Amino acid sequence: MTLRRAQDDGAQRRRWVVAAAGGFVVALLLPRLGVPTFYVSLLTQTWIFAIVAMSLDLLVGFTGLVNFSQAALFGVGAYAVAIAATRFHLTAFAPVMALGIVSAMLTAAIFGLVALRSEGVGFIIITIALNEIVWGLAYQWVSVSGGDNGITGIVRPHVGPFDVSANTGYYYVCLAFFAISLLLLLLIVRSPFGLVLKGVRETPRRMRALGYNVWLYRYLALTISGGFAGVAGVLFAWYNQFVGPVALSLDQSTQILIMVILGGIGTLYGQVFGVLVVVFLSNELSAVTQRWEMVLGVVYFAVVMYAPGGLVKLVPQLWRRLLGRRPALATEEP
Amino acid sequence: MTTEPCLVLDRVSKRFGSLSVLEDVSITIRSGERCGIIGPNGAGKSTLFNIIAGELPLTRGTVRFLGHDVTRVSAHTRARRGLARTFQTTTLFPRLTVIENLVLALQAHSAERFAMFVPRRRYRARDEAARALLERVGLGARAEALADALGYGEKRQVEILLALAQRPKLLLLDEPTAGLAPSDASLVTEMLKREHGGLTMVLIEHDMGVVFDVVDRLTVLHYGRVVADGPVETIRGDATVQEIYLGGAL
Repeated sequence: MTLRRAQDDGAQRRRWVVAAAGGFVVALLLPRLGVPTFYVSLLTQTWIFAIVAMSLDLLVGFTGLVNFSQAALFGVGAYAVAIAATRFHLTAFAPVMALGIVSAMLTAAIFGLVALRSEGVGFIIITIALNEIVWGLAYQWVSVSGGDNGITGIVRPHVGPFDVSANTGYYYVCLAFFAISLLLLLLIVRSPFGLVLKGVRETPRRMRALGYNVWLYRYLALTISGGFAGVAGVLFAWYNQFVGPVALSLDQSTQILIMVILGGIGTLYGQVFGVLVVVFLSNELSAVTQRWEMVLGVVYFAVVMYAPGGLVKLVPQLWRRLLGRRPALATEEP
Repeated sequence: MTTEPCLVLDRVSKRFGSLSVLEDVSITIRSGERCGIIGPNGAGKSTLFNIIAGELPLTRGTVRFLGHDVTRVSAHTRARRGLARTFQTTTLFPRLTVIENLVLALQAHSAERFAMFVPRRRYRARDEAARALLERVGLGARAEALADALGYGEKRQVEILLALAQRPKLLLLDEPTAGLAPSDASLVTEMLKREHGGLTMVLIEHDMGVVFDVVDRLTVLHYGRVVADGPVETIRGDATVQEIYLGGAL
C-alpha cells in the first residue's frame, strides 16, 4: 500500500514538474512571440508581484501569520534602490540587490521584535501600525524619500554583460528572480524547517510542549519573508524607475494579501494566478471604466465564495471539465 | 545514582484575579514514580499541569524539575529538558499527516529542525522511526492520513504517542482516556502500562479504573488544596476522599 502511494506521489510529482517546465518555457518565449510591449510590461509586473505574494504566502499559508506590513518590506527594498542611486551613486546590479534584500530583512527583523510579542488579531493590528509608520516616514521625511513626489531618475543597471534597460531584457531579469525565489521557497517549505513552520501554523501550543521555540520560528519566517519581499521591491524600483509612498501603502499590503488569497493560500506557485488576475484586470478594466475597482471586488468575492482554495485549485477542475472527466471524488490535500 | 526528585512543587499558588485556583500545593515526585492526581471538576488539576509545563505563570511558589529551579523557565525549554505532556482536548496538527505529526515530535531536539534548504525526503530515517512508533500501537496503516481524519480513539493514541516520541523524563497525562469507549480506553491504558523502564508519570484522570490500573500513588486535590497524598491503597480507604467524592456532592 505504501508502495502504491509512493508511485502515485511520483506520478503526481512528474505531472507538476512537466506543467511547471511547460509554463516556464511559455514564459520564456512570450516576448519573442510578438506579444505587444504593453503586455510584456504587465507580465514583468506579474513576476515582480508574484515574488512578494509568495513571500507573504510563506507567512500566511505556512506559518499562520497574517502580515499586513508586507508592502512596507517591499517598499524598503524599493526605496533602498532609489536612495542608493540618488544619494550614494550606488547603481551596480549586485550590490544594490544585496542592499535591498538586507534592508528589507533588517526591517522585518525589527518588525518581528515588536509584532511577535502578540499573535492572532493583535499581530495583525500591530503590523498595520508598523506599515503606517514606514509609510509615514516615506511620506514625510522629504529630505531622504522625496516625500509625496517620491524619487525619480532610477536607471536599470546592467546585469553582468547584459543590457536590460529595454522592457524585454528586464522581463527576463524578473522572470529569473521569480523562478529562483519560487524554487528557494518551495525548498524551504518542504524542508524539516518548513515542517516546523507548518506545525507552528497548525498548533503553536503543542509545538511549545514539544520543545520548539515558537517565537523564534515565527521570527525567522518573518525575516526570510522580508528578504524575498525586498527582492521584489528592488525589481519594482528598477521596473518603474520611480519610487513613491504608494508602493508601501497599507493599500498595497492589502492588495498583496488579496493576491495571495486569490491565488491560493499555502501553495506558493498559485500566487502567479492571483497576481495575473489582479495585474491584468486592474490594468484592462481601468482603461474601460472608472468603476474598475468595483468589478475587481466582485471577482474577489466570487473567488472566495466559489473557489475558496484559490484560483490554483480551480484550474485543474476546469481542465478536468474541459476533458469531460468527472471531478475527482477525493478532495485534494493541501 | 541521583537522589534528586524528578519534580518538586513547593507551595505553588495560583490566583486568577480574586479567584484562588491553587493554594500552597506541595508535591514531590521521585523518579520512576507514577502519580495520579484526582479531584472533582474545578479542583485545579489542569491549572496545575499548565504550571508544571510552564504554560501559565504561577502567583507564588517554586517548581523544580530534575534538580533545577524552572519556575521562570519557558515551556519549550522545559520540554527540551525532558518534560512532555498531553492535553485534555486533543491537540494534534490537524492538517498534517500522522507521520508528519510524529516527525515533529521526533526532530524537536535535533539540529535538523533548522535545516531550510534540504528536502525532508533526505531524512528518511526520521520517517521510518515515526512509522515504527505507529506500528507499535497498530496505527501503521494510518501513517499517511491527515491527523484530522483519524477517529477519536486514534487521535487520543497519537496524542500520547507524540509525548512518548519526545523520550521524556517526566510525562504529564491530562485525562488520556476522557471520552473514550471502554475498548479504546483499555488500548490507551495498555499503551501506558507498556512504558516500563522508569518513566516518571503524572496522570490526571476521572476514570478510577484507569487510575488504579496505572498509578502507584495518588494525590487528591480539592478546591486547589492537596487533601490527601499517598499510596493508592491508603487513599482508597481515606475517609476525606470518600467524603469528597461521595458524601460531599450529596
